[in-house]
Amino acid sequence: MTAFRAMLGRELRLALRGGGDMLTLVLFFVIVGAIVPFAVGPDRDLLARIAPGIVWIAAFLAMLLGLDRLFRPDHEDGSLILLRQADLSLSAVVAAKLIVHWLVSALPLLLASPLLAMLLAMELETFWRVLLSLAVGTPALAAFGAVGAAVTVSIRRGGLIAPILIAPLSIPVLIFGTGSITATQSSAALLFLAALSLMAVALAPFAAALAISSGED
Amino acid sequence: MTERQVFSPLSLVATGLVCGRGGMALTHELAFAVAPGRCLLLRGANGSGKTTLLLTLSGIVAPLDGFFALEGGEAEAGPALHYCGHRNAIKPRLTVAENLGFWAAVNGTTGLSVADALAEVGLGRLGDLDAGYLSAGQSRRLALARLLVSLRPLWLLDEPAAALDSEGHDLVTRLLDRHLDMGGIAVAATHDPITLPDPSRMETLVLGARNSGAPP
Repeated sequence: MTAFRAMLGRELRLALRGGGDMLTLVLFFVIVGAIVPFAVGPDRDLLARIAPGIVWIAAFLAMLLGLDRLFRPDHEDGSLILLRQADLSLSAVVAAKLIVHWLVSALPLLLASPLLAMLLAMELETFWRVLLSLAVGTPALAAFGAVGAAVTVSIRRGGLIAPILIAPLSIPVLIFGTGSITATQSSAALLFLAALSLMAVALAPFAAALAISSGED
Repeated sequence: MTERQVFSPLSLVATGLVCGRGGMALTHELAFAVAPGRCLLLRGANGSGKTTLLLTLSGIVAPLDGFFALEGGEAEAGPALHYCGHRNAIKPRLTVAENLGFWAAVNGTTGLSVADALAEVGLGRLGDLDAGYLSAGQSRRLALARLLVSLRPLWLLDEPAAALDSEGHDLVTRLLDRHLDMGGIAVAATHDPITLPDPSRMETLVLGARNSGAPP
């Protein structure tokens, strides 16, 4: 347990001392959401209708942006080889990284979502549902992302392959994520989203650990 | 050191081991046995497969043919080896002590304390410095300190003295000697000759030569 806590502490320190990374993600999230009205025109009704989808796409893209720093720095400086031989199992290492990845790349998006809601002229009630669906759905995005990053970590310049790899996996998350905001049976969609998240988070550490340990250096 | 035979007697045995990368064999069939308290020195030209052999022994790269095993000792939980490669696995933005403390925590705090290990490798006063500011030699010393905070019987060292000054070479020799004293075993790839106080503990395996393979 101390080893797991040490792993969490290391990842958090590295992420928080990294400086601008987190702010970049948040700005990207807000900007993606903010440029859509320019593209579709200032139609308030249309914007209100598509706002949940925009927020989800912005969150999805912003989380893809942070994927590359999940395993690649450790791969490049040789830490990943050593982590494969640590007493702490590799799946626990990935689990710790996954938790921190969610904390530093999804939580800031949740905190910044009121800004986006304002820009998209969202109503308060819709906003609460957006926030809830993001909170429930982003762990699944982080988990799928971790698997994609683990599979591609040993590929040189593989940073762009991971998003392509995990985009199909993320489609259900987007469907149920926006469904839980707009669809008539939104609570069923929300439950489905929660199930997706739980399953993905439970399985991803093992899948990612397997991908890392079967890759040669 | 008063502590002798800390490790249960293990020996590293390889038979018909062929190592290579990307399907291309780099070594001939290797057969060697390293007894407890012994060190196997890998020599050979660049590209003769020293690093590949070490990576194979550490389980990162699959052997093309043959097998190797750590024989003897009880079935302990957890990995039994330390790999010390070209890359030092040091994180800038963490302090020197944080870097070492992390590895101590994930590998088990069975060896020296972080402060003692840092003092041992000559970084005792730099514990609170951001590890990104360390020089190449100091980074190497920090990587070596990682071997001291968690006791593991098998050391796989890839150019352990790279970037180290002459005092650093002595440090590597001293650490290696003490590790062998405790009944540990080591495989080290090196260009600079390492001379242990007791040369009978060392065997040399020349890679890339026609008839490679040391007498077991």
